[in-house]
Amino acid sequence: MEFVRNFPFFSIMLCMFCAIICSVLRRKAAQYFTMIVLLAVMALSGVLLYFTYKTGGSFVYYMGHFPAPWGNEIRGGCLEAIFAYFISTVAFLSVLAGGKAIEYDIEDKKENLFFILVCLMTSSLLAMCYTNDLFTGYVFIEINTIAGCGLIMVRQIGKSIVTAIRYMVISMLGSGLFLIGVTLLYTLTGHLLMSNIQESVAALSGNGDYGMQLTIVIGLMTVGIAIKAGLFPFHLWIPDAYGQSNVVSSSLLSSTVSKGYIFLLIKVYFRTIGLDAIENSGVLYVCFSLGIVAMILGSVLALHEKSFRRMIAFSSIAQIGYIFMGIGIGTKEAVTAAIFHIFAHGLTKSLLFLSSSEFTEGSHSKSIDQLKGLGHKYRYSALCYSIGAFSIVGFPLLGGFISKLLLGGAAIGHGPMQWIALLALAISTILNAVYFLRTVVYLYIPKEHIAETDDTAELKDLAIGNNISGRNIKNTFKKHIAENKDADTLDIETSNNKNIHAGHDKEEMLNLLPGMHCPRFVIGITALVILNFVLGLCSGPIIDIIKQGLDVFD
Amino acid sequence: MNKNKKINSVKPRSKNTSGGNSPIPSGVAKKLRSVYRVAAAVMIVLMFVLLATAMLGMPEIGDKNNPDNNEVARRYIENGLDETGAVNIVSGMILDYRAFDTFGESCVLFVATICVTIMLRIDGRGGEGDDEEAESDKKAFGIRQSAFAKLDSRNFEPENDTILKKSSLIVFPIIMVFGVYVILNGHISPGGGFSGGAILGAGFVLFLSAFGFNKTERFMNANTVRIITLIALLVYCLSKCYSFFTGANHLESGIPLGTPGAILSSGLILVLNICVGMVVACTMYSFYALVRRGRI
Amino acid sequence: MWNLIREHLNDLVAVALFVIGFGDLLFQKNMIKKIIGLNIMDTAVYLLLASQGYIEGRKAPIVVDGVRDASAYINPIPSGLVLTGIVVSVSVTALLLSLTIRMYKKYHSLDLDYCLMMARREDHSAG
Repeated sequence: MEFVRNFPFFSIMLCMFCAIICSVLRRKAAQYFTMIVLLAVMALSGVLLYFTYKTGGSFVYYMGHFPAPWGNEIRGGCLEAIFAYFISTVAFLSVLAGGKAIEYDIEDKKENLFFILVCLMTSSLLAMCYTNDLFTGYVFIEINTIAGCGLIMVRQIGKSIVTAIRYMVISMLGSGLFLIGVTLLYTLTGHLLMSNIQESVAALSGNGDYGMQLTIVIGLMTVGIAIKAGLFPFHLWIPDAYGQSNVVSSSLLSSTVSKGYIFLLIKVYFRTIGLDAIENSGVLYVCFSLGIVAMILGSVLALHEKSFRRMIAFSSIAQIGYIFMGIGIGTKEAVTAAIFHIFAHGLTKSLLFLSSSEFTEGSHSKSIDQLKGLGHKYRYSALCYSIGAFSIVGFPLLGGFISKLLLGGAAIGHGPMQWIALLALAISTILNAVYFLRTVVYLYIPKEHIAETDDTAELKDLAIGNNISGRNIKNTFKKHIAENKDADTLDIETSNNKNIHAGHDKEEMLNLLPGMHCPRFVIGITALVILNFVLGLCSGPIIDIIKQGLDVFD
Repeated sequence: MNKNKKINSVKPRSKNTSGGNSPIPSGVAKKLRSVYRVAAAVMIVLMFVLLATAMLGMPEIGDKNNPDNNEVARRYIENGLDETGAVNIVSGMILDYRAFDTFGESCVLFVATICVTIMLRIDGRGGEGDDEEAESDKKAFGIRQSAFAKLDSRNFEPENDTILKKSSLIVFPIIMVFGVYVILNGHISPGGGFSGGAILGAGFVLFLSAFGFNKTERFMNANTVRIITLIALLVYCLSKCYSFFTGANHLESGIPLGTPGAILSSGLILVLNICVGMVVACTMYSFYALVRRGRI
Repeated sequence: MWNLIREHLNDLVAVALFVIGFGDLLFQKNMIKKIIGLNIMDTAVYLLLASQGYIEGRKAPIVVDGVRDASAYINPIPSGLVLTGIVVSVSVTALLLSLTIRMYKKYHSLDLDYCLMMARREDHSAG
């Protein structure tokens, strides 16, 4: 056996090992160790991708001494490899670019715990991607959910706690449904291994047995995963969760966590149950129509949103709708397009969240009006943000364009479905363009057009208001000291000193002033921009890899 | 009832102070919420009917010809003893055949501990928690603040309770011995790392409530918990890595299985049970300690 | 019909419990009740799993007296799955309870909707 086949196992275990070690490391050490491990996982996945693409097949790997139906098993093919590569890249670049934001948002002594969450999340995503066993999938879904909850609440302000509770409650509904689906499927087939289930299901549907039960199982699992991924009727937790948490958390949650669930759903559809049974159950129509609704509704809601980061979060709902629409069409081209969109959206969304972190001052959200003119001040990150916005709208040369093209092309030739799909794509793209380009225009409004706002009054309001956490005040101070260092400010500061909690005196705030801007941040977002261009310009080989992966999928 | 009153007393005040212009007009939100509630209720009833109908058509319970009683279960029972060395077939199954699942499950416990620690641990005065909490306590409870602060004090220890002390002096050693017994016999009889660890953890919690933090800290403090968890998880991770790696590459693992039924048998299963037991005991204790005073 | 129900009594009870827990999780405003609902839901799934593994007249899968015939013991797989599931639900419950503690300390209420409203308002007034 080639040594390369050990790599999926190595990458999963490496992340777990890193998580365990991080529990005793100090903050900086934990951060660097996590980054090294993520880089190593990237390298391993890259080599695996090369190997699987060259050999063109897939392989199974025993987790233990026993062959498949008895022991656990993981499976590697080029689809899994490229997905693992995507996950580790996004995780690495998020941690790289968001270092300052992490330091700013999280208590010093708890910073290593944050990296434990990142490592465990990555390892669970890798396990979900490589697994060949449904119950293993369930266990790692749970790790992913809990780690996601941890990522949301890590800022520990009131709102993020409430949001985390809401996320947890909704996710638990999803896991309950998924688990009962797995149980019923086990009862019907007697297997937990994906390929064996597929054989049994094919035999069952051949005999015409348990048709209704199978439909219910498929429905339960689909709804369970759709709840966790945030498809349209279950999307309510998304805006708060992405809009409130730390930027690195938002980037990881929106671009990898929800995509991991969707990848598992694709595995359930195409590897576990089989396309025939799926088509008989009609669940694809449900996916398709919910995806369409999500595409339009998400965009409309984003258009109405005033808070900047929540707007980006709402656009995630629309993008998840795109992916589900692709899965719902059900042909190989459409699923290829959906998977390509997973990559395009993941890279773009993390670029948007991370690059905007500079002009939203870390994880603090701003209303869109407040963005006016910031593009002149934060030139580089505004430029990267604009590229991300163009990509998500679907400008040529960028990843978003190709994925929309593929989705549109896949929809053609499916009777009434194609008109609906193309119309929804058109409407959603226009809406996307309206709300994303609005922010870009706001960023680059010439300075003389910006009305002078009375920051001092705003600050007073903030300080007097009872319900404000110390952090918000701190943020406003930071901005203030940066912009007008006059006596007035200092006066207010002394009068409100008791509101700022101990340990953050003025000098420390001044030290934080350069904001997120540091070499790591620049490298991180530059890499994301480059990857976006890679997706746009070299889409051919990537589509090839996905297609080949899908071919050997079942 | 008491809680409801508190909520009501807070509500009007907060409305006045914050100006009350929520992003969505309240009428629309209310209507939206009621639509959601009705839809959810309909969905639940529908779900019950569908699931119940599906269940009636499922294979009969307790029938030996059900699809799930297939070659997989047969091999576990017939060859499990030889292949894993564990008399308890379920233990053998979860710690050897399907060990990857179980490793994932330990990680669930680990990640939950991390999250609880992030939420509840208070690191000196640097944390945001304390001041803010005291502030909002003051607001909500007004005049009763001093009484509340006394009650909520982090280091509040109950009065000495003779009955609890004396009885836990008798019960605590028994619980400990029983917990260790359950862990060590996990591969021979019902039990194992998780159940034994939970028993041990409950024993520590009992000890803590009877004798207070000062006495418990002599053998359980943040450092011991951290080191025990680290060592146990590392041993677990590395030994499983070894067994997965050798298994997948078709190498001999070289771990003796011993005679089935003896304590020192069944290869790695005993080691794993001990590791899991230690992790679970520490986790249970640290959950309790974190909830009570914000540090382990 | 009656016979059919009696044969599937465990399944039906499990489904009823699952739906009760699900409804609790959706409709209860009080977080503690929500968590109880979550636990009811999980327990229902375990009941369902455990009863799938049961075979009439057979014993628990612990080899005694050297009997190693597959027809002597019940199916061990669902028992193992239940064990895994229990640990998951313990972790989730602990996490939710700790989140609830923090929420109560901040907003002095266990009502999730109310706390969410307060949090929104706070967010809004802070800009």
